[in-house]
Amino acid sequence: MSTQASRVAARAMLSPTVLLLLIWMIVPLVLTLWFSFQRYNLLYPDRSGFIGLSNYLNFVSAPAFWGAIINTFLLVGGVLLVTVVGGIGIALLIDQPIWGQGIVRILVISPFFIMPPVAALVWKNMFFNPTNGLFAEAFKLIELRPFDFLGQAPLGSIIMIVSWEWLPFATLILLTALQSLSSEQLEAAEMDGAPPVKRFWFIMLPHLARAITVVILIETIFLLGIFGEILVTTNGGPGTSSTTLTYLVYKEALLDFDAGTAAAGGVVAVILANIVAVFLMRAVGRNLDA
Amino acid sequence: MGQITLSGVAKRFGEAQVIPPLDLEIQDGEFVVFVGPSGCGKSTLLRLIAGLEDTTGGRIIIDGRDATGVSPAQRGLAMVFQSYALYPHMSVRSNIAFPLRMAGLPKAEQDRKVEAAAKVLNLTSYLDRRPGQLSGGQRQRVAIGRAIVREPSAFLFDEPLSNLDAALRVGMRMEISELHEKLRTTMIYVTHDQVEAMTMADKIVVLNAGRIEQVGSPLDLYRSPRNIFVAGFIGSPKMNLISGPEAQRFGAHTIGIRPEHISVHPTMGEWRGIVGVSEHLGSDTFFHVQETGLGAALTVRAGGEVSLHHGDTVFLTPEPDKIHRFDQSGLRL
Ligand SMILES: Nc1ncnc2c1ncn2[C@@H]1O[C@H](COP(=O)(O)OP(=O)(O)OP(=O)(O)O)[C@@H](O)[C@H]1O
Ligand SMILES: [Mg+2]
Repeated sequence: MSTQASRVAARAMLSPTVLLLLIWMIVPLVLTLWFSFQRYNLLYPDRSGFIGLSNYLNFVSAPAFWGAIINTFLLVGGVLLVTVVGGIGIALLIDQPIWGQGIVRILVISPFFIMPPVAALVWKNMFFNPTNGLFAEAFKLIELRPFDFLGQAPLGSIIMIVSWEWLPFATLILLTALQSLSSEQLEAAEMDGAPPVKRFWFIMLPHLARAITVVILIETIFLLGIFGEILVTTNGGPGTSSTTLTYLVYKEALLDFDAGTAAAGGVVAVILANIVAVFLMRAVGRNLDA
Repeated sequence: MGQITLSGVAKRFGEAQVIPPLDLEIQDGEFVVFVGPSGCGKSTLLRLIAGLEDTTGGRIIIDGRDATGVSPAQRGLAMVFQSYALYPHMSVRSNIAFPLRMAGLPKAEQDRKVEAAAKVLNLTSYLDRRPGQLSGGQRQRVAIGRAIVREPSAFLFDEPLSNLDAALRVGMRMEISELHEKLRTTMIYVTHDQVEAMTMADKIVVLNAGRIEQVGSPLDLYRSPRNIFVAGFIGSPKMNLISGPEAQRFGAHTIGIRPEHISVHPTMGEWRGIVGVSEHLGSDTFFHVQETGLGAALTVRAGGEVSLHHGDTVFLTPEPDKIHRFDQSGLRL
């Protein structure tokens, strides 16, 4: 397979793709870097030129900056927690032989097919609406005052929406992992005197470790960039209580028309994402080694 | 203690009656082998005894206690699976200690028992490895180790050697027999390999389509098989079965004669035939003799030095007192 000649040929064949991907990645990154050191405000096109780090200082010293970072971590962490725990629970349930298993499985994965803004709007209007949403109705039914989810707990509500979207993904990955566990191992544990809870803890959970790692890594990548759900539900508010880093960049660029600061914010976000990636690989990446 | 009684135990999967009601008595300390062709229900029967499968009918009594509805863990039996079913993420030590840990034994006690088991099974130097870093035979021993630390009243083995190569299989066979001598605990052993059955068992249970065809010591089964099925299943190579006029001469519907009970002579004998394929094993030679006029080719065992060639004419003579006679329905006469 890997003779000298075949390796050279493989590289030659791969190079156009690699080159294309490189350009694809490098060009926007370099442009962003370039803009981040420029004075570049769409409202004042005449004021331009190199201004050093002041875009960065501007972005980092914005009052919403630290809050946005905390919100980003809360969002990512919250969604990860809900999807991993919930995913394991649902995977365990739908792994049981039940009547209508096929339908149940399709229903469980269906949220994944709904595009994020639509899902968020459905949640906002159908469930969270404090006057005629379903949750409000349910609260009234048990004689409680309706709770204004998006007003009182904006970040928690967004975590709920995003978790709903990502639960199918986690469930699917964890379910396939669960199904690859040999039943003889569980039977052996049963004969060894392990009750169901201990069988889960000592046999199933270690078996799922790798799948959980995959779920965490992949979800983190996507969750760091969550934007549409925030835009259509809370607009980052009330105040800045649900503003994340991504949303802050959007606000700089398209609400304040300050492309330079937005570019600086983008670079900060990239750096932050890389720090998170390194940290994650350190923490859970070793589960991926065979 | 490890006395097990099955009375009227039956199992069906949906419509399929895999085990029709059967009775079986297993004495304390016995080495019992379930043997039978693939799919005859050996594993199912073993799993019924283990409690991993619910019975459809009948009762399972272990040491005088009705265990039919008792959970597997409470039955006091240990099982060794065909795939070993070791816990891959735990070290050998934790694997063996697992049942003790589940039983809530103090750590020191656990360690002591694990060390003792490891010593018996020659695993002492592997205790800190993962199962993935062991050979098949070593994994097998870990699985056995995990079973013996529990000090069960009986061991259940489901084809434990079928994943091993031939040489290792012979070695492990002896180790398990040795273990049985040492522990004197009841062992129930499932196999489809009749050599394993013959060499290890105190008592063989021959199963066919879920029914017990015969129960007895290896030599009982070899000497007086109760029917044609057992006759054909026990013994290697298989017993020659002859029906038709030749069988009627002996007053039977079918007669059976084992390859080792036929003598070969180049010029004189009862049956005349032509040598087909011959298998030289060194110590023995097996000839397949064709065109005997008996309806089937016969397998004959001769000494290792006998030299006959493909196409040679030979004469065969059965030992008259070693001929098994069976009636129309296949039962021994
Ligand atoms: N869970 C099940 N559902 C339905 N049928 C089953 C199930 N388990 C086993 N059977 C059927 O029961 C019969 C006996 O199976 P079993 O596994 O006991 O055979 P076996 O004697 O152990 O065979 P082998 O030597 O190949 O392991 C087979 O015909 C099999 O198809
Ligand atoms: Mg089997």
